[in-house]
Amino acid sequence: MSEIKYTADEMMTIAAARMIRNGASCFVGIGLPSAAANLARLTHAPDTVLIYESGCIGTKPTVLPLSIGDGELSETADAVVSIPEIFAYWLQGGRIDLGFLGAAQIDRFANINTTVIGDYYHPSVRLPGAGGAPEIAASSKEVLITLRQNKRAFIEKLDFVTSGGHFSGGDSRAKMNLPGKGPTAVITDLGIMTPDETTKELTLTSLHPGVTVEKAIESTGWALKVAPQLATTEAPTETELRVLRDLNERTARAHAGQV
Amino acid sequence: MVRDGDVVALEGFTHLIPFAAGHEIIRQGRRDLTLIRMTPDLIYDQLIGSGCASKLIFSWGGNPGVGSLHRLRDAVEQRWPAPLALEENAHAGMAAAYAAGASHLPFGLLRGYLGTDLPKYNRVKFIECPFTGEKLAAIPAIRPDVTVIHAQQADRKGNVLMWGVIGVQKEAVLAAQRVIVTVEEIVDQLNSPPNAVVLPSWVVGAVCQVRGGAFPSYAQGYYPRNNAFYKQWDSIARERATFQAWMQQHVLSTSDFDEFKRSLEQVVTHV
Repeated sequence: MSEIKYTADEMMTIAAARMIRNGASCFVGIGLPSAAANLARLTHAPDTVLIYESGCIGTKPTVLPLSIGDGELSETADAVVSIPEIFAYWLQGGRIDLGFLGAAQIDRFANINTTVIGDYYHPSVRLPGAGGAPEIAASSKEVLITLRQNKRAFIEKLDFVTSGGHFSGGDSRAKMNLPGKGPTAVITDLGIMTPDETTKELTLTSLHPGVTVEKAIESTGWALKVAPQLATTEAPTETELRVLRDLNERTARAHAGQV
Repeated sequence: MVRDGDVVALEGFTHLIPFAAGHEIIRQGRRDLTLIRMTPDLIYDQLIGSGCASKLIFSWGGNPGVGSLHRLRDAVEQRWPAPLALEENAHAGMAAAYAAGASHLPFGLLRGYLGTDLPKYNRVKFIECPFTGEKLAAIPAIRPDVTVIHAQQADRKGNVLMWGVIGVQKEAVLAAQRVIVTVEEIVDQLNSPPNAVVLPSWVVGAVCQVRGGAFPSYAQGYYPRNNAFYKQWDSIARERATFQAWMQQHVLSTSDFDEFKRSLEQVVTHV
C-alpha cells in the first residue's frame, strides 16, 4: 500500500474533525475550528448543527467563510438570529453541546489568551480580544481547542486570561459553578492533549504519525506531561484528505478574485 | 448629525457595515469621537488611523480571517496618530449592554466574564441574583449619541427593512439619541415578511440612499462580501505611509462613495 502524503496542518484539522460527534450542536470559532467542524460535517458527522456567533444556526457552507458572518453562512443556515439572541438564548440558554475555539496562547490548564501580550496598557502585541470566546468556554457543555504548537503559543504563564479553561487546575473550575465542564481536548499539529482527570493539567495523550515526543516537549513552554500509554493518531484516510483538500480548494477559489 | 466628541456606534456584524457613512465622518474631519462597535473592522481602522477617535468600546478588533487591524494596533501600541483609550468587553456582554440601552435599563445582565481577566480592565461588576444567590455579571447600558447603520431598503416614509445577519443593529438604533441609516435602495413598497427587521420611520432620524454603501462588506440580496479587498487591506494598512496615501487618494480626494469606488476601479488589482 502506498503511503499517503499530508501536511501537519491537514493532520491537525482532520484529528480535530474526528472529535465532533454526529448530531452535536457545535458553536464554532473562525479559522481552524471552522475548517475542522465543516470537515466533520462533510465526512462522518452530517447531522452536526454548526452555529456561528453571527447568529447563523445550522449552517451548511460549501466554502469556508473568511469572516464569521459571510453571506455563505446566512444563506445556508436553518435560522439566522440576532447577536443578543444567539448569546442569550442559545449559548447561555444551555443549547450548545460543543464549543470549538482557536487561541493565540494557551497555558497548561487550557486557559486562553487572545487579548494582549505584555502589559495590558502598554502591550507589546495587541491581539483582537475576546469576541464570543469567554462565554463559549464557560457555557458550552464541552470545549475543544485547536492551534499550532510552539513555544510562543504554549506558554508557562499567560499575560491575560481571556477565556477560562481549568483555571488553576484541580477542582478550581468545578468550584466556580460554570455551566460547562470546560476543555476536554487540545488538538495541535503535533498531537492531542487532554486534561488529567484529577489535576486538569494538559497531558500529551496522542502523537501524530512521525512526530517524536521530544519534538512535542520542546514545542511546549512548560514541562509537558506525557501519558504513560501514549497513542499514535491514526493517519488521515484518503477520504478525509480528499474532502479537506476539495474544501480548501473551493474556498481559495471563492476568496480570490478582483478587489 | 455626528459632532466632535460624540459617542458614535457604526454597527454591523460583518454584514451591512456602514462604510460610506464612515468615510463621510473621515472627510468631515471629526475628532475626539468615542467609537463603539462589537467588531471594529476596516472602517474603524480607517477612522482610528485618520485620527477621528480618542476612545474605542469593543469586543473583537481584527480583520476577520486575515489578521490584525494595523491602524488600531498602532494607536494602542505606539499611540499613533493619537492615543486611543480602550474599553473592552466580550461579545455576550456587549450584546447585553446594547439590549439594556434599547430597554432603557441601567445595565445588562448575563452569566459571563467569570474567571477571565476582562473585569479588571472594564466596567463589569458582579451581582448576586436576589432569588437564587447566583453570581451574575452586570455591564452598564450602551447609549450612543448617534448610531449609524446600513440596511437593504427603506420606503419613502423612512421605514427601514433589513435581513440576513442582522447583528445588534436593532438594539444599537433603539439605544441611540440620534439615528442615521444608509440604504441600498429606496422603494415605494417594502413588501416585508412580517418578521423581517423593520425599523419604523419615527425611530430613524435620517435615511440616505447609498448604493453599495456597505462595500467591501456585503448586502445580502445585493452584492457579496469582497473578501479579496479584506485581504488586500492588510498590506495597505500595515505601514503608516501606504495607509495615508491610500486614504488621501481614495477617501479624502473623493467627494462621495460613488467617486470612492470609481477611484478604486482605476487601480484594479488582482489578488
